[in-house]
This record gives sequence, C-alpha cells and structure tokens, in this order.
Amino acid sequence: MSFLTSLVNGLSLGSIYAIIALGYTMVYGIAKMLNFAHGDFIMVGGYIIFTCVSTAGLPPAAGILLAIVLCTLLGIGTEKVAYKPLRHAKSNLAVLITAIGVSYLLENLALLIFGADTKSFTNVVTWPGIALFGGQLRIQGVTIVTILVSLAILIVLQLFINHTKNGQAMLAVAQDQGAATLMGIDVNKTISLTFAIGSGLAAIAGALLCSAYPSLTPYTGAMPGIKAFVAAVLGGIGSIPGAMIGGLVLGIVEILSKTYISSQLSDAIVFGILVVVLLVKPTGLLGKVTQEKV
Amino acid sequence: MKKTSRVISAVMVSAMAVSMLAGCGNSGASGAASGAATSTDAAAASSAAGSADTAAAAASGKTFKIGAIGPLTGGAAAYGNAVCNAAVLAAKEINANGGMNGYQVEVKTEDDELDNQKSVNAYNTLKDWGMQMLVGPTTSACSIAVSEYTKDDNMFQITPSGSAVDCVKYDNVFRVCFSDPAQGTASADYIADHKLATKIGIIYDSSDVYSSGITQNFVTEAQAKGLTVVSQEAFTADNKTDFSVQLQKAKDGGADLVFLPIYYTEASLILQQANTMGYKPTFFGCDGLDGILSVDNFDTSLAEGVMLLTPFAADADDDLTKNFVAAYNKDYGGTPNQFAADSYDAMYAIKAAVEKANITPDMSVSDICEAMKTAMTQITVDGLTSKGMTWQASGEPNKQPKAVVIKNGAYVSAE
Repeated sequence: MSFLTSLVNGLSLGSIYAIIALGYTMVYGIAKMLNFAHGDFIMVGGYIIFTCVSTAGLPPAAGILLAIVLCTLLGIGTEKVAYKPLRHAKSNLAVLITAIGVSYLLENLALLIFGADTKSFTNVVTWPGIALFGGQLRIQGVTIVTILVSLAILIVLQLFINHTKNGQAMLAVAQDQGAATLMGIDVNKTISLTFAIGSGLAAIAGALLCSAYPSLTPYTGAMPGIKAFVAAVLGGIGSIPGAMIGGLVLGIVEILSKTYISSQLSDAIVFGILVVVLLVKPTGLLGKVTQEKV
Repeated sequence: MKKTSRVISAVMVSAMAVSMLAGCGNSGASGAASGAATSTDAAAASSAAGSADTAAAAASGKTFKIGAIGPLTGGAAAYGNAVCNAAVLAAKEINANGGMNGYQVEVKTEDDELDNQKSVNAYNTLKDWGMQMLVGPTTSACSIAVSEYTKDDNMFQITPSGSAVDCVKYDNVFRVCFSDPAQGTASADYIADHKLATKIGIIYDSSDVYSSGITQNFVTEAQAKGLTVVSQEAFTADNKTDFSVQLQKAKDGGADLVFLPIYYTEASLILQQANTMGYKPTFFGCDGLDGILSVDNFDTSLAEGVMLLTPFAADADDDLTKNFVAAYNKDYGGTPNQFAADSYDAMYAIKAAVEKANITPDMSVSDICEAMKTAMTQITVDGLTSKGMTWQASGEPNKQPKAVVIKNGAYVSAE
C-alpha cells in the first residue's frame, strides 16, 4: 500500500513536471530555443490567478482564463521584444542568456509588485478526489485533474501539429526556417504562435502547480522550471510525448527515492539519472537523431 | 557520421552549459531579486524608525546609537519586522522615561532579506551611520555572519532571536532567546512531561542550521525521556514543496505527534498537505512556527491545535505583557510575536547593562563593548520572555520556556 501511495504521489508530482515540460519542449522543438523564462511564466500565471481569485473574488475559471490570455500575450511580447532581434545572432548563446535575463526580470517584477511574502494559493480544483481500498489510498482531485489535463494537452497538441495548416507550418519551420520562408510560410507568425501556445500552457501549469503545492512566491516557478527542463531533456527535447513521459518518470523517481532511499538525496538521484540517460542515449528517451544536412 | 557525432557532442556540451547556467541563474536570481526590494522597504523602515527618534535625539547633545538588523522583506519578514519594530518601540519608551543612563537612544533599522551577505552589508551601513551597539541580526545564519565582523570591530552585539549555538561563539555576542540545543531539549522535555505523545515523527530542513540543530538535540533528549521517534525525515531548501513522503512516513510509523523544528512557510504547506491526506496528529514546533497565522490567504483553521514552544505568549495577563501588546498594536497594528518580545527585552537588557556599568555615548565602540561584556553578566532583567533573566559570560541567557497553542486563530498559553 505504501508503494501504491508513493506511486500516486509520484504521478501527482510528475504530471505537473510533464505539463511544464510540454511548454518547454514545444518552444524548443519549433523555435529551436530554450526559453528559460518558462518557469517564470508559470509564476506569473499563478499570481494572476491569485489576484483574481483571492483578492478580487472572481470565480477560479475566470481567473484561469484571464491568466491564459495574459500569459499568452506576455509570451508573444517577450518573443517579439527579447528573442526575435537575436534570432540571427552569431552565437546561440545570445538568446539563451537573454532568456535567463527575462527570467530575472519577471522574478524581480513580481517581487516589486507582490512582495516576497509567501501567498497561500486557493486550490482551483474543489473536487476532493477519491479514496480507494477503504480510504487507505487517497488520490487528490488536483492530481487526477492534472493528469487528465496533461493528457488532453498532449493529444490536442499532437492533433494540432500533425493535422492543421498552422501545425504543418510549425513542422516546416522546425525543419528549416529558410526553406519554410521560400515555401511562403510566415516564419515570424509561426514562431509567435508557438510562443503563444507555450505560454498559455505555462498559465495552466501555474494553476495546477499552485493548487497542488499552495504556496506562491516570486521564485515558485524557478525550481519546477529547472526540473521540467530536465524532464524534457530526459524524454528527448523537442518531442511532445517525450516531455510527458520524462515528466512522469522524473516525478515518480523523485518520490520513490525519497520514500525508499533518502529524503535528502532525492534531488541527487534525479539529476544522476539524467546524466546516465544522456550518456547512454544522448537524445533522450524519445528524441530523434537529426542528420546534419550539407 | 563523423559530422553527426560532432553535432551531438556540441548539443551535449551546450546542454551542460545551459544547465549550469540555469543553476547559477537561480541562486543569483534570489540575490538580485531581493536587491530590488531593499531600497523601498529599507527606506520605509528607516523612516518609521526615524520618526520615533529624531525628537528624542534633539533633547540631549549625545545619544546612544543602536542598530537593528532583520529580514524586513522576504520569507522571514514577519521576524525581522517584529524585531525592528519592537526595538524602535522600546527606544521610544526608554526615551520617554529619561533614556539610558540619562542619555537618549536612537535606533536605526536595516533589511537583510535573510541573506548573510546582505546582513553584513546592513551592518556596514549601520556602522557608517555611527552605530555603537547592535540588536540583531534576527536569524541564526545572518547573526553568525555578522558576528565575525562585530568581533573584529569589538562591537557589542545582542541577537534577540539568533538561536544557533555558533551565534554567541565570540565573547562580544549575547542573545535573548534560547539556543537551538536548548529548544530541542526543552521541546522533548515538554512533550514527555505533559504526556502529549509517545510516538513522534520529525520533519526537518537538513539544509538549515537552525532546524538540524534542534532536531539533533530533540532526538537525543526524546530517547532519554522514553519517547519513540518513529520517523525522522528531511527536506532541503531546493525541494521544499512536496511533503507527501515525509508525512506518509510519519503516518505509517503511527506518529501521534509530528515535531516541526522549521520555519512557518514550509509548515503552512505541511499543514495543508496533512489535511488533504487526512492525517491529524498534534503538530509541535519551536519559535520558527511563530508567524504561521500571518501567511497571506492561509486557512488558519488548519493551524488549530498546533503547539509551539516559545518564551512569549501575547495573551499573558501580567502588566508588562499587556502594556507591550497594546503599545505595539497601537504603533504597528497586529499582535506582537515572540521575536518582538525578544527584541524588546534585548533593548531593556542593554539599558540595564549600560546603567550598571555607567556607560556614556561618548565612549568608543570598543570601550562600550568591554564594559558591556562584564555588565551583562551582572544584571537581572524581568522581561517579556522570562522573569529574572540573567546571562552567562558565554552569552547564553538563563530563562524558563513556555508553550503556546493556536486556538481560534490566535496564540494562547498552553497551560
């Protein structure tokens, strides 16, 4: 029973990593850049919902919708202002460092506006969940919702990318930006759309992350962001099903190592696994080896 | 093929570089982030402090300049604000009643954001202002960092609430609160003597000196008193949102009391997670839990029945406590916590020692410190946190612990 409980706790944590990793991997797969500010978009989403629900007294659904809209705009804006001018910079590091800069900027803005005091987030999932085996195994409502939502996002993203015009445009841009332009695809619009979707996902992740672990500070998104990045790399960065699997594996490994090995060493074990996986399979679990075209 | 492997290795290298960057990015972020908040809050704090003292300073040519340091912003802001506010409040009262040894007192407060380096910066800022004695820093790690500098400057330092053993390792540093070992031991004694539980689970922060210090001594004393520690689980500063495993282990071990020698931010998460998993032991903490009721939007009903060992209960009915609580509420709003009481007592301890040794503000910082070292061991202070407090030359106070329990969203005395 203790194993089952741990597994459920692991799924709960892993599904949150997965939902964040989906946003990371989406942006990386198409725009070929690591948006390190992704974790902070989650925090921004969290604060927007907190302000709407706890301060302004709006219903949670309205808060989440508003957060998705605002985060989407924030994502598009950030891309336009900070990343686009650097897209053709000589070094790939330029845009990476800028992303870290954006991350600092957002954290500091949140600190200025909301202060550093911990806010206790109101769970947006009011359903208490289910109890199995005569109450010995409890699965929280937010866990079930998170898993369902991440599955739904996975399916919708796959359908969108493979079966819509815009999705096909994204694939083309991912393959070769120059050639895509020649084929009449608006690369700028496509990348903006990618950021819009990625940032909208961050807002949803923010709602679920803060509901599961109800404490909100300007650094709320930082550590889960890093862990989710690890999950995305573990699953094969750029691969959407890979992000999902990477996230779940990471969460389950973290909780199981806490339970059976040591509550102090869990992070070391999680990151150790990343190193091993990358040594054995450098592209991650589901990553494809891309041939350089000459 | 050769080309492919070169590409892969390039990706690997950049991924590693990225993850390293990300790592530094984070720790740096908290530092840089807090920097932004300082200017506004420190300004607000010092203007509050200033208003209390400018009038007083004018009354006599010479004044005692006392600095106070604490986290006025950030996760432990409840402590720093309590310490700084109470120091200013005590100075105002002391000035109104004729000052220390006939001289008026000025208090200036600085924010350290719970960061060692910023705490040292705050100390230097106060030194530039002309500080002669230091009340603070509020928290253990900062207090230890600053004591390295006060020792070199031979500046008298009294930390209201720096409870780690090493806070008072130099002879110029004294403290008002219990040390961590004393808190751990006293907590185990209290639980055993009041028969609160026999099986105990512990959740502590292994990356924090305060938390692990208390835990060590608690475990030793608990075993000596015949209590069983069924689970002792740690978390770290980087992994402090999910407590499902730690709680599950305590629950599986049959713990009827969970000891939380940690700060209130994590404790509020633990209470929420214990509630969702339907686990309802008695939660027992130390002074770090003080402040849990002030977490923004926290459902305080979850904290109902939480016990904490603290030397100060705001509902005590002696005149000293009543007057202090009323005065604090009038100036700053809200009920003062233990940190405020510690700081208030620190100011009166300074007053007593200054008068005992006949110290005057025109003495040098070092001369004041030498005189204070002796005087502190000779005074007896009836303070908020204990009656008849005395100090050992080591800097440790002799005092009696009390336990409070949270009832109807307020701290009340457990007895």
